[in-house]
Amino acid sequence: MSVQDGMFAREQGGVNWRSNALSEVPFRVYTDPRQYALEQETIFKGETWNYLCLANEIPSPGDWVATTIGEVAIIVARDTDGQVNAFVNRCAHRGNLLCLKNKGHGREITCIYHGWSYDLAGELTGVAFEKGVKRQGGMAPEFHKDEHHLHRLRVEELCGLVFGTFSERVADLQAYLGSVVVGGIKRVLDGRPTHIIGRSTQILPNNWKLYFENVKDTYHASILHSFLTTFRINRLSMPGGINISEDGGNHFSFAKLDYAAEDADYQAAKLRSDTDLKLEDNSVVESVDEFGDQISVQILTVFPNMVLQQVRNTIAVRVIRPRGVDRTELEWVHLGFDSDDETMQERRLRQGNLIGAAGYISMEDGCVGGFVQRALKDNDDDSGIVMMGGHDAESQNFRASEAAIRGFWKKYRALTGV
Amino acid sequence: MADDTVRLGIHELIAAYADCIDDDRLEEWADFFVDDCRYLVTDRESHEAGLKHGVIYCASRGMLVDRVTSLRRVLMFEEHRYRHLVGPTRILSLDGKVAETRSNFFIARIMHDGGTSLFATGRYLDRIDVSRAPYRFIERLVVLDSQKIDTLLVIPL
Repeated sequence: MSVQDGMFAREQGGVNWRSNALSEVPFRVYTDPRQYALEQETIFKGETWNYLCLANEIPSPGDWVATTIGEVAIIVARDTDGQVNAFVNRCAHRGNLLCLKNKGHGREITCIYHGWSYDLAGELTGVAFEKGVKRQGGMAPEFHKDEHHLHRLRVEELCGLVFGTFSERVADLQAYLGSVVVGGIKRVLDGRPTHIIGRSTQILPNNWKLYFENVKDTYHASILHSFLTTFRINRLSMPGGINISEDGGNHFSFAKLDYAAEDADYQAAKLRSDTDLKLEDNSVVESVDEFGDQISVQILTVFPNMVLQQVRNTIAVRVIRPRGVDRTELEWVHLGFDSDDETMQERRLRQGNLIGAAGYISMEDGCVGGFVQRALKDNDDDSGIVMMGGHDAESQNFRASEAAIRGFWKKYRALTGV
Repeated sequence: MADDTVRLGIHELIAAYADCIDDDRLEEWADFFVDDCRYLVTDRESHEAGLKHGVIYCASRGMLVDRVTSLRRVLMFEEHRYRHLVGPTRILSLDGKVAETRSNFFIARIMHDGGTSLFATGRYLDRIDVSRAPYRFIERLVVLDSQKIDTLLVIPL
């Protein structure tokens, strides 16, 4: 997007920030359709890297998947050279949607409308009746196939995660992520081959930012998700912290667990709360220290659309897809390692009850954003307060903080220019 | 073909299960299952791809009880109910002790404010212990037609 386009979009934007403080967020940012349009241009199509897919979803030349960046339809394909390419899912001819399924395989992609075809690098290779029929019609002589191709994105891959950007200016992926967050990704996706063990999509009745803030919000976890405290899963004494990239956009929070002590508790059947409640079957939380560092929870975000989670022995990529100012689709892609034995496979499945649309410690995140959205309906003149742990967006060695949320707004405001 | 007694017993189990949930008698829900049971909620695409990770995976009666305890005492959500419409049940196989059946369903969600929507469609793929009365589920696999779930899934399907 050009600077002029950005200026225009900003003039159309409807939200005024009362100050430069990161700890104050105008409610209208979640409700204003003009703000939403501004975000599509300056964030999703702007200087950001967006998660696209896993490299192992397109293992062979000819494989492709359809996805989105913001609301823009995207194709990610592996071409005959094994190179991963991404381009807008829109025919160069009349703008028709090229790929109508979620995934496929082939040497080329052909538009159903007029039969224009493209190779998996996005080059236009065929135009039906280019020379006309019986010497009549055909494309005008100044038309040259090699002057037309699909709108290509920059693509980079890290630890099997494929990212794309519309921007020519944004820094390389690893510089964008920041070394600390790169380290967080490499800790979980540590080189062992992974595969998808399940996926589902949760429809959130709220603005995408409410979910993104929720993931960065280490303050709410032990309050809203009372499953954690009721069954003493999230111990307040657990050491942890928040690491935030310099630009604020990316982060990971983590907490350590004394696995041995918890295991002893299970053996003594003491995994119960101060109330009379106790789990009948502890296998939903029985976990092993698979990374050997006692970190039992690591929640990592990449601005603006990806979460990588390790919650005990569950590993998942969550993709945040805006679908209008008050609707978001949250895709859960659950991962296992190819080296998992049967015990580990079963463990990941049982602990899977913790996460996703029916997850004991995540289902509430599916409704709470909707409650905020409803409360803001025609009632969005004020600002929210994000002051827990101060006013800055710096890394902290404690979790009773909203620092990562302030990081989100730091990045957001730098991109939207407000 | 299954004799009428077995057929009626299977139909009674499947209808009583739906009534139990729709009437909010969830404390009785686990009683529809044998102790060493499986209850899984997944979707057609994952099921056909052989992916085992659905949205709910209970591999024991205790895990079912924990679902209900959590729903009643722990989890935060807006009050709502379901209305099941379960189609005719087909008995796919029967060996005297275990019946394998398929039943299609529509489930509406009725929010506390009256808002009603079609929440889930799909099929139950069941393995039922018919060796003694009352019949119970050994396995109930809930295969949703769609991979999309609106907001959250807390009441069992």
